[in-house]
Amino acid sequence: MPQVTLTVNGKQHTVEVEGRTLLVELLREKLSLTGTHVGCDTSQCGACVVHVDGVAAKSCTMLALQADGTNVLTIEGLAEADGTLHPMQEMFREHHALQCGFCTPGMVMSAVDLVNSHPEGLTEKQIRAGLEGNLCRCTGYHNIVKAIAAAWPLMHGKAAAAE
Amino acid sequence: MPFEGIGAAVRRKEDARFLSGNGNYTDDINRPGQLYAYLRRSDRPHATINSIDTAAAAKMPGVVAVFTGADMAADNVGGLPCGWQIHCKDGSPMKEPAHPVLAVGKVRHVGDPVAVAIAETKQQAKDAAEAIVIDYQDLPAVASLRDALAPGAVAVHDDAPDNLCYDWHIGDKAVVDAAFAGAAKVVKLELLNNRLIPNAMEPRAAVGDFDKSSGDYTLYTTSQNPHVIRLLMGAFVLHIPENKLRVVAPDVGGGFGSKIYHYAEEAIVTWAAGKVRRPVKWTAERTESFMSDAHGRDHDSVAEMALDANGKFLALRVSTLANMGGYLSTFAPCIPTYLYATLLAGVYTTPAIYCEVKAVFTNTVPVDAYRGAGRPEATFMLERLVDACAKDTGIDRVEIRRKNFIPSDAFPYQTPVALQYDSGNYQATLDACLKEADYAGFEARRAAAAAKGKLRGIGVSTYLEACGIAPSAVVGSLGARAGLYECANIKVHPTGSVTVYTGSHSHGQGHETTMAQLVVDQLGVPLDQVEVVHGDTGKIPFGMGTYGSRSLAVGGSAMVKAMDKIVAKGKKIAAHLMEASVDDIEFKDNKFSVAGTDKEKSLTEISLAAYVPHNYPIEELEPGLDETAFYDPKNFTFPGGCHVAEVEVDKETGTVEVVNFVAVDDVGRVINPMIVEGQVQGGVAQGIGQALLENAVYDDAGQLLSGSMMDYTMPRADDLPNITVGTEITLCTHNPLGSKGCGEVGAIGSPPAIINAIVDALKDYNVRHINMPATPQKLWSIMAAK
Repeated sequence: MPQVTLTVNGKQHTVEVEGRTLLVELLREKLSLTGTHVGCDTSQCGACVVHVDGVAAKSCTMLALQADGTNVLTIEGLAEADGTLHPMQEMFREHHALQCGFCTPGMVMSAVDLVNSHPEGLTEKQIRAGLEGNLCRCTGYHNIVKAIAAAWPLMHGKAAAAE
Repeated sequence: MPFEGIGAAVRRKEDARFLSGNGNYTDDINRPGQLYAYLRRSDRPHATINSIDTAAAAKMPGVVAVFTGADMAADNVGGLPCGWQIHCKDGSPMKEPAHPVLAVGKVRHVGDPVAVAIAETKQQAKDAAEAIVIDYQDLPAVASLRDALAPGAVAVHDDAPDNLCYDWHIGDKAVVDAAFAGAAKVVKLELLNNRLIPNAMEPRAAVGDFDKSSGDYTLYTTSQNPHVIRLLMGAFVLHIPENKLRVVAPDVGGGFGSKIYHYAEEAIVTWAAGKVRRPVKWTAERTESFMSDAHGRDHDSVAEMALDANGKFLALRVSTLANMGGYLSTFAPCIPTYLYATLLAGVYTTPAIYCEVKAVFTNTVPVDAYRGAGRPEATFMLERLVDACAKDTGIDRVEIRRKNFIPSDAFPYQTPVALQYDSGNYQATLDACLKEADYAGFEARRAAAAAKGKLRGIGVSTYLEACGIAPSAVVGSLGARAGLYECANIKVHPTGSVTVYTGSHSHGQGHETTMAQLVVDQLGVPLDQVEVVHGDTGKIPFGMGTYGSRSLAVGGSAMVKAMDKIVAKGKKIAAHLMEASVDDIEFKDNKFSVAGTDKEKSLTEISLAAYVPHNYPIEELEPGLDETAFYDPKNFTFPGGCHVAEVEVDKETGTVEVVNFVAVDDVGRVINPMIVEGQVQGGVAQGIGQALLENAVYDDAGQLLSGSMMDYTMPRADDLPNITVGTEITLCTHNPLGSKGCGEVGAIGSPPAIINAIVDALKDYNVRHINMPATPQKLWSIMAAK
């Protein structure tokens, strides 16, 4: 069987996979990182979103072999090592942006990329459009949009302070 | 201590694990030596199975077993049971055809499971399932209600030759007909309630485990009610007694009704685990969810209102066809009867109501409860009909509602369709909602929109629902084959922390937080010292689960009862320790005190004494501080309220934008306003989805056309507005919390508000009614036809 070597949440792994194995299957089944979810089979729901080399990607729509040599960040690796939540996680909690929690990992990972890629600012309309690839059945999105808007200054404020 | 009790917008305890990827959903569970099951499902809507050849599949790599319906029948596996029996107008019982776990002889809908392959890996199981050779003889199929009832239509089941499951009615037809005969005006509307696919984000999954040492079975499943599954599957399907069967519903990723029912896959993995003596896991692919999760709604109705010359409602007459699909799902028969027709009084004083319902078998996926379950169908009909009454009489649509409201001083109010409402104030919720939505200022906004080429409309819906399901004796008399009480076990540990074991099940509702708030309120224990455990028949004495907005009203009430017992026992211990009379002991804020003195003992001191009973009234009191209570509700609860939607229709394209949505609901006492707001917003989103986007479509041959998330329009963030939520409370009079329930109100009240707004926006096009979903094509066609 072919091998794939990749870094996940800062740790390097070399794993044997079938050619048809998807990145999400590698994460969930080979690495036991079950925080990344599978909610559909047509690349519509976004429950499986992770970051591949810093960019949000649907891990159900990527072969594990395509992730060879990449740096993958999953929801399990988003908080700081001491357990301090990422501002996006914190704002999701603060604004009740999750109910059943199933879409949440993908939603948070998409949202982090959305905010990262808009340092100039994000309108509500842009946030709603930016969530086009993620489905939530519980919240009606209202509180997710609020949480992302609230996370923007925290994320960019933090980035500005570090410079 | 920070305010964490009833009424506090406490942030959720469960969020920490969900936000960090540490949730524990069924598909996250892997048992040692686990195999994978993949189901071969029918791709035919209706066919005779001539033969099933599993020989090639059984020889494929990694395959451990292949089973068919014949194998299960040979092992005396029973069919999937139905939990509710309806009786027809003539007193005869409904038709209740067999529902084999794996199809036997015939398939009756696309997605009907025929065989299962079990292998070392998921892919091997899938490959093997695809290699099973099934020889079908296709039969004509009926997908729509009217096709199924047409003369000469093919029978879905031989024992229901006319495809009629039941022909049921409620109300006094003679009285209603007489009222119509004498009415100044009759307003009639024909409506469809579109078929929906629940699509909880977590696909269903099940892991069956068999312990070779004890002979015990464990099923991990995506269920809203694990005890009900244990009862149904154990007693009726697999004949495993409760003491040998544990059902665990861990974190469940949304339900909305679709995870209430006992599904074939649960029985398959449990039975197969015993056969192959290894754990067996099945996880639905989303495509399977579309063709195997119970669908919702699907009604075809005619409704007529008789009015007097002043616009007072005299009588309501309704005739409904309701789709059951190819088999009876667990609670299907009660949805279009006792959860539908009994709601037809709504918030109005209509003195006479008659409703007849024909439930129909078709070659489609079974239909059962979906968020609201019957009540959205009743509300959509009634609130559309009331708008039609306003139009036909020339009375303003808000005024005609006010004129017919049940007055706030008329409670308890007995409706002509069985229910007795305990409390409500419909003028108050209407007033608050109109104010928040700036209803008075609407015409200016309509004019401003017109100036930019948009047709703006506003719609009002004043609704009521019955939830907090339900008094066991009442539902038993109506055909339920279960009781609908709830159970709570509360353990005060030796050092004063508390674990609550509840028979309710949280799959997004936030019970771990709100139920803990009840403990904070009643026992004065800090929130972080309260753990709420649910979803495991091995831990919880019993439970009927979560649906029908019942967890707080019924499950929370059971907790109150159990805590009352804790306090009562604690008082006896305190009386002993402080050498006082029990009658003089008061309990408040975590402290037992002797009235009129400064003597007091904390709950922790009392619980420690209960578990270390050195100085203890051991002759009259058992050690321990651990109490269980069952609560059977005295009545349904009746949340109600008003929803106002404001829309803009694009004249060129027919697209609808919901520009404002306000919901003001009476949900009874609120435990956590943040969670109530979230529940209502989520319900409204599903209601807007039904009104504008969602539709399960079958072609005439019975193929499901909307069978994936690429074909079935799920509401996305950019389809929805911000949703303003308010509450105007009257307390439920018959449960100790005064709570009514908030889980379904959003999905019940909102669809007619949206359609009423669209009909208002298109008022110059002489539109009588628009069936859901109000797609751009539909609206463009209406505008183009003028």
